[in-house]
Amino acid sequence: MNATAASRRLGLRRPGSARRPPAALRVVAITVALLATVTLVYLVVRAADGGLGSLQPLFRARTLELVVSTLTLGLVVAAGAITLGVPLAWLTVRTDLPGRRAWSVVTVAPLAIPSYLLAFSFVGAFAPRGWLASWFGPVDAGVLPSPYGLGGAALILTLATTPYVVIATRAALARLDPATDEAARSLGSGPWAAARTAVLPVILPAMGAGALLAGLYAISDFGAVSILRYDTLATAIYSQYRFSFDRSAAAALAILLLLLAMALVWAEGFVRRRAAIRSPHGRRRVPAVIRLGGWRWPAIGLCVAVATLSIGVPSVTIGAWLVSGMRSALDLSDAIEALRDSLVLAVGASSLALVAAIPLAWLIVHYPGRWSTSSERLLYVVYAVPGISLALAVVFFTLHVVPVLYQTLFALILAVAMRYLIQSVGALQGPVLQISPRTLEAARSLGERPWGVLRTITVPLLRPGLIAGIALVFLSALKELPLTLLLAPTGFKTLATRLWDAARDAFYGQAAIPALLLLVVSFLSVGLLIHRGDIKA
Amino acid sequence: MRSVHTNRALLVVRLALAPVLASVFLLPGSSTTVAQEAAGPLTVYSGRSESLVGPVMEQFTEATGIQVDVRYGDTAELAAVLLEEGERTPADLFFAQDAGALGAVAGAGLLALLDDVTLERVPEVFRDPDGQWVGISGRARTVAYTTDEDVVLPESILGFTDSSWSGRIGWVPANGSFQSFVTALRLTAGEEGARAWLEGIIGNDPVPYPNNTSAVEGVAAGEVDVAFVNHYYLLQLLAEHGDTFPVAQKFFEGGDVGSLINVAGVGELTTTDQPEAAAALIEFLLGEQAQHYFAEATYEYPLIDSVEADPRLPDLDSVETPDVDLTDLADLEGTVDLLRDVGAID
Repeated sequence: MNATAASRRLGLRRPGSARRPPAALRVVAITVALLATVTLVYLVVRAADGGLGSLQPLFRARTLELVVSTLTLGLVVAAGAITLGVPLAWLTVRTDLPGRRAWSVVTVAPLAIPSYLLAFSFVGAFAPRGWLASWFGPVDAGVLPSPYGLGGAALILTLATTPYVVIATRAALARLDPATDEAARSLGSGPWAAARTAVLPVILPAMGAGALLAGLYAISDFGAVSILRYDTLATAIYSQYRFSFDRSAAAALAILLLLLAMALVWAEGFVRRRAAIRSPHGRRRVPAVIRLGGWRWPAIGLCVAVATLSIGVPSVTIGAWLVSGMRSALDLSDAIEALRDSLVLAVGASSLALVAAIPLAWLIVHYPGRWSTSSERLLYVVYAVPGISLALAVVFFTLHVVPVLYQTLFALILAVAMRYLIQSVGALQGPVLQISPRTLEAARSLGERPWGVLRTITVPLLRPGLIAGIALVFLSALKELPLTLLLAPTGFKTLATRLWDAARDAFYGQAAIPALLLLVVSFLSVGLLIHRGDIKA
Repeated sequence: MRSVHTNRALLVVRLALAPVLASVFLLPGSSTTVAQEAAGPLTVYSGRSESLVGPVMEQFTEATGIQVDVRYGDTAELAAVLLEEGERTPADLFFAQDAGALGAVAGAGLLALLDDVTLERVPEVFRDPDGQWVGISGRARTVAYTTDEDVVLPESILGFTDSSWSGRIGWVPANGSFQSFVTALRLTAGEEGARAWLEGIIGNDPVPYPNNTSAVEGVAAGEVDVAFVNHYYLLQLLAEHGDTFPVAQKFFEGGDVGSLINVAGVGELTTTDQPEAAAALIEFLLGEQAQHYFAEATYEYPLIDSVEADPRLPDLDSVETPDVDLTDLADLEGTVDLLRDVGAID
């Protein structure tokens, strides 16, 4: 498996002994795995419920078409997220791009925009006689690119998931030791070659993790693809729930979707195998800022283009909602309540996820083997499974095992944290890989106890990864919909559920305020986190 | 010898975890719990949005003092949850967007028998013959058409299979109301007739929309000339855009299946611990205040005698809904199989 090979190359595996992870890490792994296994158990139970009949949808020709369309979407979006995300990350961390702090926030903030809102905005803009067409006057429908189909779905989902790659890559770049790069340059490599040999291999794990998150998000998304009229396995699964109330067939299709997800996970691991390199430890120096010179303008152009598409277009839609629906706007106290509930959920889920992610990332990097592989895979399962299936799995589990927790805030926070845990774990793996065990051993040999080593050395070194991990889960939790709708205590309403509720019956005036607040909160929180992350220790 | 950074970090971690820990102690978790004499607030699972029915729930609380906790979600997803919860459901009432979902939940034995007085407040065709659910408001199928051009509509919904309609039709195959319509079509025209109609429409390259509102907006935007929707969307859009909105709608006559009337309805869960409060809510929803609300705020058809629908709509009695038992519309499985078979949906 990828982590095994990587760790072996790093010399972290002592020859001759299979390193068993310490008990503490094993406990964390088991707890997380138990909760994640529940999802699989539920799906298998439901699929089995329907007997052989529920397997029937799996063998239709249409299903094969959907497998192809789903995989295509996943791969295109992953590639797109890398294409956009890596340059943006590099520009905002390593260069003298004007206003790069602001661009740092702008490139990450779109994470909090629900994908269906983004899709809806694009349809409003680009549809024949949408608002873009009305600017250009009577225009042939063919001149404007259509937002529908694979092209539209790929674009919108790429815009929605590029922040995953940006965040992961930024974290890796922030901890990049310039020594390797400078050594390569001093040996005569040009800047691009030096980047390729010295920088790229170090950030490849982060890129891969981000791209995998993007691809998995794309294959399990329902909101955006249904608006953009692109059929995938996810839309088929929702159809089963909605039309035939057939939870068995839906479960069977969900298992198929998860098999696809595992294929993507495996593919990412395959690519990562050769990539993990630890920077030589030494004084932590701030890398020299790269001067862009004339390249500044295309760089700014790229940032502006991405920001316009991923934030500008939905903002126009929200603005139109505000203007059109002034009379029926959401009550201020309701909006504040929704804001409060959103923050409770987001802060709770992101903190819980972080607490679990640190030991898990440590486990995966330093103790490769069955424990780490299965933990990681189960986390990807929970991330990639369609929201409704996960919600029903949690309903099933809590009612049968811990009914007192059913429809409690705690269970919801736990479910959302589990759902996005892999994002935190992924964000931490790169930084963890870059910590030399020798530094830690040195600290131990100087008398520091393990807990002290964790506090004074490991955590500060992990800081970019910690920031990234919190940001990812926080923003994902802000826009989360299916789990909140079905698992929250009745009456607990977040900005995301308020927005969806109003928009689905076209009460756009009422949808405007929650949408606006979502944007504002995400900008503020991302800004704050990035600001803190940039403070040099 | 902790560093300042560590102290700060620990503080942040503690602050951040506080909501998680606090939530453990808020086990019942509801943010709107108000103690009342009985067993707490009435719990309703509503497939109708809060924007739509929230005001009615508030009116009910004002009128009776009974607190209501509503879980808003998609009708079918809530039905799936109810089926998953089974007898352990905390819900007292299920307010569904369509009869199909009510039928599915009733079929699992989860809905209680309603009393005759309640049932008889609405015409027989708008309630469950087995008495397990009752309609609250009616939705008629219509065809929205563009007024920007001269469009000649056929006298029956069956006429849209004609090739002259190629590329001009918008539909919402994923929509519950549309499926109910197809079920009714299967009942009135037989399986073969329904299949022929569907294949005819698909042969005309219909544009699929994710919901009814966008379908009507698609007519206004010129993407399509007609759309198969429910009657109230046009009225909502007229209210929003004004009378210059270039869309009108047609009700078919003569009991044509194209003017099927379906209902949003409510059922009481057998496991409810507050049958009186549940019954009070159902009675309120069938009372004049709520029925007026549905007529005015959402433009639906009120189902009780004493309340009239929006004057722009034909009278409920005069809309000759086809001779179809609404309960039979719960047979979604057959419809869904057919829709999948012809390729209308996945």
